Amino acid sequence: MPLVSVKNLTRIFDVSKPWLNRVIERRKKAFLTAVNDVSFEIEERSVYALVGESGSGKSTIGKMLVGLLQPSSGSVEIRGVDLARETDAAKIDGVRADIQMIFQDPFASLNPRWRVRDIIVEPVASRGKDTTGMAEKLLEQVGLSVRDAGKFPHEFSGGQRQRICIARALASEPKLIVCDEPTSALDVSVQAQVLNLMSDLRDEFGLTYLFISHDLTVVQHMADKVGVLYLGMLVEEAAPDELFDDPKHPYTQMLLDAAPKLGDYGRDVPPPVGEIPDPINPPTGCPYHPRCPLVQDVCRRDRPVLRKLRGARVACHMAE
Amino acid sequence: MTGPILSIRNLTVEIPTRHGILRPVDGISYDIGRGEILGIVGESGAGKSMAGNAVIDLLSPPAHIAGGEIWVNGTRIDQLKGDAMRRLRGKEIGMVFQDPLTSLNPLLRIGDQLTETILAHLPLSRAQAKDRAIKALDEVGIPGATERINSYPHEFSGGMRQRVVIALALCAEPSLIIADEPTTALDVSVQAQIIALLKALCRNRGTAVMLITHDMGVIAEAADRVAVMYAGKLAELGAVRDVLGAPRHPYTDGLMGSTPLASRGKARLHQIPGAMPALDNLPQGCAFHPRCPYAQSICKTQMPTLADGDGAACFFPLPHTAEVA
Repeated sequence: MPLVSVKNLTRIFDVSKPWLNRVIERRKKAFLTAVNDVSFEIEERSVYALVGESGSGKSTIGKMLVGLLQPSSGSVEIRGVDLARETDAAKIDGVRADIQMIFQDPFASLNPRWRVRDIIVEPVASRGKDTTGMAEKLLEQVGLSVRDAGKFPHEFSGGQRQRICIARALASEPKLIVCDEPTSALDVSVQAQVLNLMSDLRDEFGLTYLFISHDLTVVQHMADKVGVLYLGMLVEEAAPDELFDDPKHPYTQMLLDAAPKLGDYGRDVPPPVGEIPDPINPPTGCPYHPRCPLVQDVCRRDRPVLRKLRGARVACHMAE
Repeated sequence: MTGPILSIRNLTVEIPTRHGILRPVDGISYDIGRGEILGIVGESGAGKSMAGNAVIDLLSPPAHIAGGEIWVNGTRIDQLKGDAMRRLRGKEIGMVFQDPLTSLNPLLRIGDQLTETILAHLPLSRAQAKDRAIKALDEVGIPGATERINSYPHEFSGGMRQRVVIALALCAEPSLIIADEPTTALDVSVQAQIIALLKALCRNRGTAVMLITHDMGVIAEAADRVAVMYAGKLAELGAVRDVLGAPRHPYTDGLMGSTPLASRGKARLHQIPGAMPALDNLPQGCAFHPRCPYAQSICKTQMPTLADGDGAACFFPLPHTAEVA
């Protein structure tokens, strides 16, 4: 059984103006579908990566996984427990302890008035368990020194802060860690240190990661399986080798072509056309059709369903 | 004109503080020729933005140019003040910042912002300036420029806004553009569009571009030459192919190794141990020696210099023969 099973997950945000403006300006309510009918599974001890551009819904999915947002419809089951619907408090509590999250900005996700020791043990202390010596042990595991426990967050650099965030995430001995752009705010050399640390910890503790990123090379390096999102929909899912060697969805192909490559000096490729459409008024049919080079009538009419194609799952009428 | 558009010699920027003088830029020299894109790459705090801001006199006090020379088109500009500098800024040097939302005035139509810049620098009538503004928007690939000129910045998407900022930098036809992280706030597909645009403009107009970024991939694709900065100094300077393909400075080598690459697959990333030293706590000798795998005793006492022109500021540049390594 997979550790995480996401089924037909949808999240709709109400982005309407206040009612008085709606009455005066005669506007209707406006809804933004951030995540649209997404289904995938994460095996235990694997790394599942979600990639997509801004507005593709990748962070919203991450938040629904850890329970920071409620799904509008569909479900997230972790070890068979649906956090949004489960009524047995003991079961919910057990699953909650298994999930942790690492955020993008290590400057905003640590309380500046707390000492590092208190920050790290908080997930355990809040459950009333004994935490003596725990912070020191975790600090050493993430490559910081024992003395750092008494310091405040402002005394650390960005990379060190992200290590503190990782130590905090590890404190409650979770099974699943949701990492939302964990290295996007870091320099390349620091990013390498943090990515290596995350790989080591995964082997050591048998962790499962949901890795959310916009950086394709990082995803290729870290992931066992990659899901590509476009406008809230899962358009392709495959193992990284399969995805990068043989992208099947035209959007994935465009993303791979657009990503800068270190080897291609002065590469001259035609840049991608168009931009991500307005998510409040998404195109009919396939969300990618206005930009797609393969577009046909059927693409404008029907939304493609995710189907198996060689080693991948792809939502495209034309892919073959 | 045959000489370089921009020529920087021994540029030093100092910030006096209570605890002594900091040098975020320390004696750097490079040239940018006509139609050339020079990439300035380095990690945060390496001084790459400071160097760009010094050229266009946008250092915020108490930071100031403490030494060296800056020449643009054969004119020395580092000592220009007030009006003389203002005339140059925008006319000779255009600037593109990282965040397109904060570099446009949200209360003015983009057409007004463009014509304001054009009228400030060129002897044109208001109508001619407007035509020129439309032409500039057209050139950076904004569809329906004649109508969009009456739009406000918030009506554009992030990528389109960055195009407007580039149009703004270009509208007085400067010979040099300083682009400070122009694509960092943008998605990859939009980033590819903006890079293609910068390259096309550079090629068609012969504009020199100083492209400041931390992204090695962007440098590899866009730049002709690259300068690698570390702790305020140039670590390595040369053609992109040479510097990124066969780095001579151990820092450049380390940076390349820590970048995840498709060809390396899941192999462990190379790590540079430690972190860049703080400016008030620079080590003696080569600033990189505490992190350098090849450091010898001379690196701890003496500062290596960059030979004139291209090369690496290192006593033991790569590739190493067996006895040095």
